[in-house]
Amino acid sequence: MTLWMWLLLSCVLAYAWKLLGYLVPASVLRDPRMSRIAGTMTIGLLASLTIVNTVASGQALALDARLGALAAAGIALVFRAPFLVVVIAGAGAAAGLRLLGWS
Amino acid sequence: MKLLQSPAVRVGLSISIATGLYGVSFGALSVTSGLDFWQTMALSLLLFSGGSQFAFIGVVAGGGSGVAAMGAATLLGMRNGIYGMQINALLQPRGWLRFAAAHVTIDESTATSTGQTDPLEQKRGFWTAGLGIFVLWNLFTAVGALAGAALGDPKQWGLDGAAVAAFLGLLWPRLKGREPVAIAVVCALATVLAVPFVPAGVPILVAAVVAAAIGWFSHGRSDEGLEPDVDPYAEHPHPRPSGDAT
Repeated sequence: MTLWMWLLLSCVLAYAWKLLGYLVPASVLRDPRMSRIAGTMTIGLLASLTIVNTVASGQALALDARLGALAAAGIALVFRAPFLVVVIAGAGAAAGLRLLGWS
Repeated sequence: MKLLQSPAVRVGLSISIATGLYGVSFGALSVTSGLDFWQTMALSLLLFSGGSQFAFIGVVAGGGSGVAAMGAATLLGMRNGIYGMQINALLQPRGWLRFAAAHVTIDESTATSTGQTDPLEQKRGFWTAGLGIFVLWNLFTAVGALAGAALGDPKQWGLDGAAVAAFLGLLWPRLKGREPVAIAVVCALATVLAVPFVPAGVPILVAAVVAAAIGWFSHGRSDEGLEPDVDPYAEHPHPRPSGDAT
């Protein structure tokens, strides 16, 4: 039940951000700092989520098949593959490496 | 039909299909992260912002608490407020339309709209992409959630690797130039250093604080990191106000 609560609260807050943009006076848009922080935070959070999902195992660091997924995704992105192909490349690399015995 | 000759409508429809399709990966990863079918659908229907949805399930999958998942999803949603200001200035929606417009204000609908110069085309682009992605994203989330639930052991299928790839895929289009790469590296490093010392999920919030501090104290492009996951104009070169298209 608590996960539901945080989930629904996340939905309310996400809508609040969106709506806030429509309600604040246009002069706020001319202040570049808020826009800049929204952008740097997007980059920072996505980089953090990428690395956490690659090397974190709870509170421990682990080097496992997920590293292969990161490399495969990177190669797919260099070749301008569409998003879904990138995701499948990541899954395939992790599954393949596990078949070869690397956990 | 005359509407289909509108360039903004055509771009809006193609971006809807491209973005909607990867709802499959969100649905599948969400149920294998431990959310049930309806929790997964609630995120796509009500939260409706790809990056934030992936962030929520990414924190839960890593063993993080609900409040940490909410924190990551909410901080990642801040940019939608910036988009809201831009769309409000361009389209000036009135009455209940404003509340509907807010819900479909995301990377792709904003990029489709701001990529047009004619006000009518800006309006058509925003609504076509916003509503089109909303419908297809939810449809494909459901397909992915049902498929993911039938898969069995998610590790055997490499779905943890799929999550890694999804986040890198969301980050990638935002790494244009040296500065965003430097921000990404610093935040990734801060995350890795924090992992052993704080509960799961919290390292992501540490990285958010570092990123916000960089944004506050440095003076770079004010639209850095605000690129859409899928560029609506990648295959339809069109003169953009920012002038960065070919």
